[in-house]
Amino acid sequence: MALLEVENLQTHFRTPDGGVNRAVDGLTFSVEAGETVAIVGESGCGKSVTSMSILRLIPEPPGQLAGSIRFEGRDLLKLSEREMRDIRGNEISMIFQEPMTSLNPVLSIGQQIGEALRLHQGLSKSQAEAKAVEMLTLVGIPAPAKRVKEYPHQLSGGMRQRVMIAIALACNPKLLIADEPTTALDVTIQAQILDLMRDLKHRVGAAIVLITHDLGVVAEVAERVIVMYAGRKVEEARVEELFRAPKHPYTQGLLGAVPKLGSSLDGTTERLAEIPGLVPSLKQKIQGCVFASRCPHATELCREVPPALEEKAPRHVAACHYAVKEAVAA
Amino acid sequence: MSMTMGTHPAHATAPKRPPGRGGRPLLEVNDLKKHFPIKAGFFGGTTGHVYAVDGVSFHIDKGETLSLVGESGCGKSTVGKALLRLFPPTAGQVVLDGQRIDDLSQAKLRPMRRRVGVVFQDPFSSLNPRMRVKDLLAEPIRNFGLAKNSADLDERVARLMDTVRLPRDAVNRWPHEFSGGQRQRICIARALAGEPDLIVCDEAVSALDVSVKAQIVNLLQDLQKELGLALLFISHDLAIVEHMTHRVAVMYLGKIVEIAPRRELFGAPKHPYTEALLSAVPVPEPGSARQRIVLTGDVPSPINPPSGCRFHTRCPYAFDRCKVDEPKLQQTAPGQWAACHLHDLPAERNPLARGVSMPV
Repeated sequence: MALLEVENLQTHFRTPDGGVNRAVDGLTFSVEAGETVAIVGESGCGKSVTSMSILRLIPEPPGQLAGSIRFEGRDLLKLSEREMRDIRGNEISMIFQEPMTSLNPVLSIGQQIGEALRLHQGLSKSQAEAKAVEMLTLVGIPAPAKRVKEYPHQLSGGMRQRVMIAIALACNPKLLIADEPTTALDVTIQAQILDLMRDLKHRVGAAIVLITHDLGVVAEVAERVIVMYAGRKVEEARVEELFRAPKHPYTQGLLGAVPKLGSSLDGTTERLAEIPGLVPSLKQKIQGCVFASRCPHATELCREVPPALEEKAPRHVAACHYAVKEAVAA
Repeated sequence: MSMTMGTHPAHATAPKRPPGRGGRPLLEVNDLKKHFPIKAGFFGGTTGHVYAVDGVSFHIDKGETLSLVGESGCGKSTVGKALLRLFPPTAGQVVLDGQRIDDLSQAKLRPMRRRVGVVFQDPFSSLNPRMRVKDLLAEPIRNFGLAKNSADLDERVARLMDTVRLPRDAVNRWPHEFSGGQRQRICIARALAGEPDLIVCDEAVSALDVSVKAQIVNLLQDLQKELGLALLFISHDLAIVEHMTHRVAVMYLGKIVEIAPRRELFGAPKHPYTEALLSAVPVPEPGSARQRIVLTGDVPSPINPPSGCRFHTRCPYAFDRCKVDEPKLQQTAPGQWAACHLHDLPAERNPLARGVSMPV
């Protein structure tokens, strides 16, 4: 049994004009213990809504969740709010993109790390503070005994993200959801945080679901990748396999649209591949393949029949009518 | 009326243009400084300064792209805004096509504004939501008095829509009806309305999604070829910069630490900060074994920058001289200038001495 099994997850939102926004529409995936899985896609593809759904942070209404999210065999969607509270921050925790707004400006760093420990593990105030110092040491903050008494505004962006990671890992969660953890950071700080996450993963052993739009970050951190488009999973594969032989035209387009560092040296600074057009509106039920309106290979079949997720290569699934043919031709 | 190049005070830090290139550059920036006062206390006295830009010199030729790169707070956007005169520079000169624009009065500056367009990062906040696209585009044309009559105005607006590859009949729509990429096209059209020679792109593609970003990058490159535009491309995204630039200037804490043609900078960086910056970029190739230089610590505060070389607190190669002596930009290869004391050492002790090597 996998640590997390998401099956046919549907997160829909009722819109003020009476319509329905199908933010996530039938998503199925699983995460093994200790594994790092990346979910990539562009804005509005449903990757963040997926992460919020796992922790049941979607307000209902207007949100509406269906399907099942099994964590260690328990369906999170069937738990009471009280039971859910025992899981959040304890067994599953989350790191958000914006470290400035996710920390409470009027509480010291130590109080914020200690909050989860006192709530979930019943530590006393002094025990929690001692553990907070230990966590700050773990995430590589210098002078932790001094920093633990400081407030968020006294820390830089990179330091704040380290504090967020310390809070998330304080209760030894089995699953860590990182929603764009390095997007707001500068490259040199991003490199520090990515190194830290890799290092901590070996030491703590938590499984990580990494939500990102940055294919570079995916390549550096993830073991398995799920590509989402318009609320659906369009491809899933091991990271090397996905980058080496992407099967879905959308994944191929994404990889072609990213310039590579060093392109000026080997003379490959050609035009970037564009994906023409726009992401379709999620308010209408899409008939056929979700990518058909932008796909260079789309046919009548694509516009009418939605392609099923099929295994196109060992442990490599894609939702495309033509992916296999292309692979054979190539 | 115009100051010619010969009358500029010579600056030791100013990179001289490589010899043998004719004609004066389109834009020349000499020792530009922008210090923001810090007001504090009951009487609002000045207690210090943020040295956002502290002596920056560069030039841009006609039809050329120069990229300004660096991390947040390095002053790259301040350079862009200061040369657009969105606020007055503290010191230094900005010379556009032979004419100094840093000390012009607002009235005299207005006709010069036509020649420099600007595209900002966020296409959602840079368009007035209560103006239709045709009014958004007509505004700069009217302001600069370019249209002869209303028919000419309509024609110009329609041509701008063609230029940025938007349908002509979309001019009656409102900004909220467009996607992020389309709005950025409208912003580019506005920047082009005055028929400028130079466009300042301040993180113009940073907020866009991968596939849309590629569309806008391609559009900018096409426009540069069609219209002979020069671009000042301010960005933190090194892969995009490498893709579309001719030359790159790397900034750190308000100063340019290295300025070089693209191939030299990305192939053989001559400043330790450039080297670290390049090695920190995540590459979309799983398992690519790269030697990564992870810089320790954070960028120091521009209120109280470190003595000597501003990078010495984080530099893996720093030695005693770096703490006291501020390095000047020196030429290390044709067109490549770096401000680092390592280049005064004998080559065998200089870890950055290698040249551009071709990958095998």
